[in-house]
Amino acid sequence: MSLTLLNVVLAVFIAICFVGANAAYLVWCERKGAGFYQRRPGPMENGWWGLLQPPIDGVKLMTKQLLIPGGVDKAIFMVAPVLAMFPALISFVTIPFSDNIVAHPIDVGVLVIFAFAALGGMSLLVAGWGSRNKYSMISSVRAVSQTVAYEIPLLITTITIVMISGSLNLGDIVQQQLDGFLSWNVWPLHKEVGFNLLMPVSFLILFVCSVAETNRAPFDLGEAESELVAGFHTEYSSMGFGLFFMGEYANIVIGSCLITILFLGGWSCPFGDLGIFPFTHNVGWFLLKIYLIIFVFIWIRWTFPRTTIYGLLNLSWKYLIPISLFNLLLTAGLLKVF
Amino acid sequence: MNETAIDKIRALFPDIDCKEVKGCIVMEVAPALLEQTMQRLKSYPDLDFGLLLDITAIDYLSYPQPKDARFYVVYTLRNWQKNWLLQVRTPVARPEKGLPTVSGLWGAADWAEREVYDQYGIRFIGHPDLRRILNHWQFVGHPLRKDYDIYKGQICYETDSLEKEIKARLLSKGIDESTMKDINTEMMYLNLGPSHPATHGAIRIFTALDGETIMANVNEIGYLHRGFEKTAENRTYNQIIPLTDRLNYCSAMMNNIAYVKAIETWLGLRITDRAMIMRVILSEFLRVQDHLVCLAANLVDMGGLTNYWYLYNEKEASYDLISRLTGARLTSSFTRIGGMYRDFYEGWEADMAHHLKAIEKGVNDSLKLVLQNRIVHDRTQGTCVLSKETAMTYGYTGPNLRSTGISFDLRKDNPYYHYETFDFAVPVGSQGDIYDRMMVRFEEIFESIKIIRQAMKIVPGGPVFVDDHKVALPPKERVYNRIEGLANHFKLIFEGVKVPAGEWYDSFEAANGELGFHFVSDGSGTPYKLKVRPPCFYAMAGYHEMVEGEMIADAVINLGSINIIGGELDR
Repeated sequence: MSLTLLNVVLAVFIAICFVGANAAYLVWCERKGAGFYQRRPGPMENGWWGLLQPPIDGVKLMTKQLLIPGGVDKAIFMVAPVLAMFPALISFVTIPFSDNIVAHPIDVGVLVIFAFAALGGMSLLVAGWGSRNKYSMISSVRAVSQTVAYEIPLLITTITIVMISGSLNLGDIVQQQLDGFLSWNVWPLHKEVGFNLLMPVSFLILFVCSVAETNRAPFDLGEAESELVAGFHTEYSSMGFGLFFMGEYANIVIGSCLITILFLGGWSCPFGDLGIFPFTHNVGWFLLKIYLIIFVFIWIRWTFPRTTIYGLLNLSWKYLIPISLFNLLLTAGLLKVF
Repeated sequence: MNETAIDKIRALFPDIDCKEVKGCIVMEVAPALLEQTMQRLKSYPDLDFGLLLDITAIDYLSYPQPKDARFYVVYTLRNWQKNWLLQVRTPVARPEKGLPTVSGLWGAADWAEREVYDQYGIRFIGHPDLRRILNHWQFVGHPLRKDYDIYKGQICYETDSLEKEIKARLLSKGIDESTMKDINTEMMYLNLGPSHPATHGAIRIFTALDGETIMANVNEIGYLHRGFEKTAENRTYNQIIPLTDRLNYCSAMMNNIAYVKAIETWLGLRITDRAMIMRVILSEFLRVQDHLVCLAANLVDMGGLTNYWYLYNEKEASYDLISRLTGARLTSSFTRIGGMYRDFYEGWEADMAHHLKAIEKGVNDSLKLVLQNRIVHDRTQGTCVLSKETAMTYGYTGPNLRSTGISFDLRKDNPYYHYETFDFAVPVGSQGDIYDRMMVRFEEIFESIKIIRQAMKIVPGGPVFVDDHKVALPPKERVYNRIEGLANHFKLIFEGVKVPAGEWYDSFEAANGELGFHFVSDGSGTPYKLKVRPPCFYAMAGYHEMVEGEMIADAVINLGSINIIGGELDR
C-alpha cells in the first residue's frame, strides 16, 4: 500500500471522526450506564433516550466563552488541551480494526502507541502547571507520579506479549491469535511458551494499568472532584475543557483496543473462522470486544470509590511491577525451553 | 438526677452555693474560686465531669431582677456515666479583665471561650488564641450584649490571612521554616474552602502541607452566621420554631422537637401521649434521614457516587412522606409548645412502613458496596482516628463520640419521651476512625427503624395538643364566637407563651449529638436569652486534631464523616 498524501489525510479524517463519535457517544453511554447502576434513567430529554444529548453538549461547549484566567502561563495553558487530544488521534492510525481496516500499518505500532500515550501524560502536567492554581498543581503532580508508576507495568506486560509474538506490529500480534479463543494470549496455554500460568494475571495488570493510564475511577486522582475541585482542568472552559474530556474517552478507546489486540485476539472470531458471515474474523468482533471492555470500565467507575495517592502508588510499585517483571522473566525462560 | 449528686457536690464544695434546677445542679462560683473548682470538677474521680458541653455568658443589663454583676459566664458540664448535669455560674465584674481560661482542662473550651469573647466581649486570661470566631474579624462590638444595636449594619470584607495562627500551630508541633529549608523547599499553604466541593457549605479549612500531608490545620467558621441567638431574643417563643429548623437542616424537625421540649420541661407541661409518640417517630425518622445524608455525602467525597444514589433516592422519597405528614419537605416547623401543629393524615402507617422498607433496602444495597470493599477499607480504617480522650475533651457527642467506644446516648442515659421502654441498642465503634463513624451511622439507621416500628404499634389516640389555652391556641370556633377565645388567641399571638422567669438547660439527642438549649427567661413571652449547644460546633473544634498528619483526601472525607452542618455550626 503506497502512502500518498490523500491516504494520510483520509486516515486522519476517519480517525478524527471515529474518535469524535466515540468520545461523544461514550459520554452518553457513560451517563446511561451510570443511570443504570444508580437506578435512574440518565439523559432522557433530547432525542429518543437522550440520544441527541452528545451533539447538543458539543454545541454548548463550543459556544461557551473560552476563558483564560489572568494569572496563567498562557502558551502552556493553550497547548495542554491539544496535547491531551492529539496523541490519542495519532495513535488510532496504527490500530488494526481488522486484517484490512487499518489506517497505516507500522511495524513498530506498539512503540508508536506508547510514545504518544506518554505525550498524553504530559498534557496533564502542562495543564496543571500552566493553570497556576494550587489544586491544579497538586493534581498534575499526582497525574505525573501516576503515569510514571503505571506506564512501567504496562510496558513490561506489553513486552511479554511482544516477546511471545516476536513482533511489534499490532496486526502480526493478532494474526497469531486467530485459531479460536483458546489461542488468545490471555490464556496460560500457548503454543510458543507452553504453559504460563501468569498470562491471565498479566492481562489483569494490563487492564488495571489502562484504567490508571486513562485516569478513570478508582484511579481518577488527577480529577478527584471532591478534593481538588476539578484537578488539572479546573481553569479550563469551553472546548479547552471539551478537548480534555474527549481526550479521556479517546484514551479509553485506545486502551481497550490495546487490551483487545494484545490479549483478546483483536478481530478474531472466538470460535475460529467458521466461514459463515458473523463467525468469520471481522471488524465486528473487534468492536464487540472493545465495547465490552469499555462497559467494564464504566462498570468499575460506578462501583468503586476513589483510592488515595499512596494506595495507587503502592499498588503499582509493590504489586504490579514485581509481578509483571516476574512474568517477563518467566516468559523469557519458557520461550527458551519450548 | 438523684440526690447523691447534689449531696456529693455540697460535701466537696461546702462554701459554694448549690441548687437543683430541672435535673441540673447549678453552682454559683466566685471568679477567684473558678479555676480551682473547675479543676476539681474535672479531676475528682467520683465527680469526673469529663464533658464540657458549653460555655456561654448572660448579659443582665435589662433583666428585671437586679443581679450582682452585669455579666455571668455559665459552664455546662456533664458526667455521662452517672447522668449528672452541672452548671457553674460565675459573675464577671469587668469583662475586659475577664476570667481565667479553662481551655487547659477541656479542649472544647478553646472555641467555646472564643465564642463568648466574640459575642459578649468577655476576655479569658491565658487563652491561647482569643479572637473572634463567629463574627468577622473586622466586626466592631459584641452583638449579644443587650446594648448592641441590631440595626447597625457593618460591612466587613477583608479576608483573615490566618498566617499567624497556622505558624503558631506549626511551631507547637515543632515545625518551623528551617524544617523545610533543609530539603530546599517550602511548605505549601492550601485553603480547602470556604467555597470548595468538600465543605458541604462554607467552612474554611486552612492547611499547611508537606506534599499532600497535612502538617498543621486551622479552621475558620462563621460564614453562615446569621445571629440566631440575637434574633431569638426579639421573637416570641413560638416564632423561634421556624428559626430552629435552620440549625441542622438535614434533620430540621429534631431541632423543633428539642426546642419545644426544653420549654415544656421548664413549664412542667405534660404533652399528650399521642404527641409524644409522634415526636418519637418523627425524630427517629429524621435521624435516619440525617444519617442517610451524611453517609451519602461522605461516600461521594470518597468518589463512590453510586452509594449516593442508593441512599439519596430513599431520602428523597422519604421527604415526600415528611411533606405529607407535616406540610413541608425540609423546614417543617411542625411542633408547637404543648403539642404538634396538627395530627398525621389517615393511613400514614402504611406509607411509613413502605418507606422504612425502602430505606432498609437502599441502606443494605449501599452496605453491599461498602462492607467488603477493599478501597473503602483502605481509605477509612485507621485514618483520622479520634481517641476517646480527644473526643471527650473536645466535647464530641452523638455518633462521633460513640464511634470511639463511649456509649453515651441521651436516649439511654437520660431518657425522655419514654425512650426507656423501647428496645434498641446503642452501636459503638472501637477505633474511632472514619470507618467506625460511618458504620455507627449505618447501624443507627437500623436501630432507629426498629424504634419507629415499635412506636407505630403503640400510637395512642387522642388529641395532639394539651388542653391549656395558656400555651395552645384555642379552636377557631371559640376565637370567632367567644370573647375568652379571642382574648386567648390575641394574647398568645402578640405576647407569646408566658414562660416563668428563670434559667435552665435542656438537652436532646439529635442526629449529630447532644443538642442543648440554655434559656434565660424574664417572665415575658420572649426569651431573654437563648443559647444553643450545637453538636457540630464542638466536632469542628476538634477537627484539626484528627487531620494533622493525614492526607488532604483524608481530611476531606473526615469532614464528611463528622457530619458538619453549616447552619448549626455557625448559627
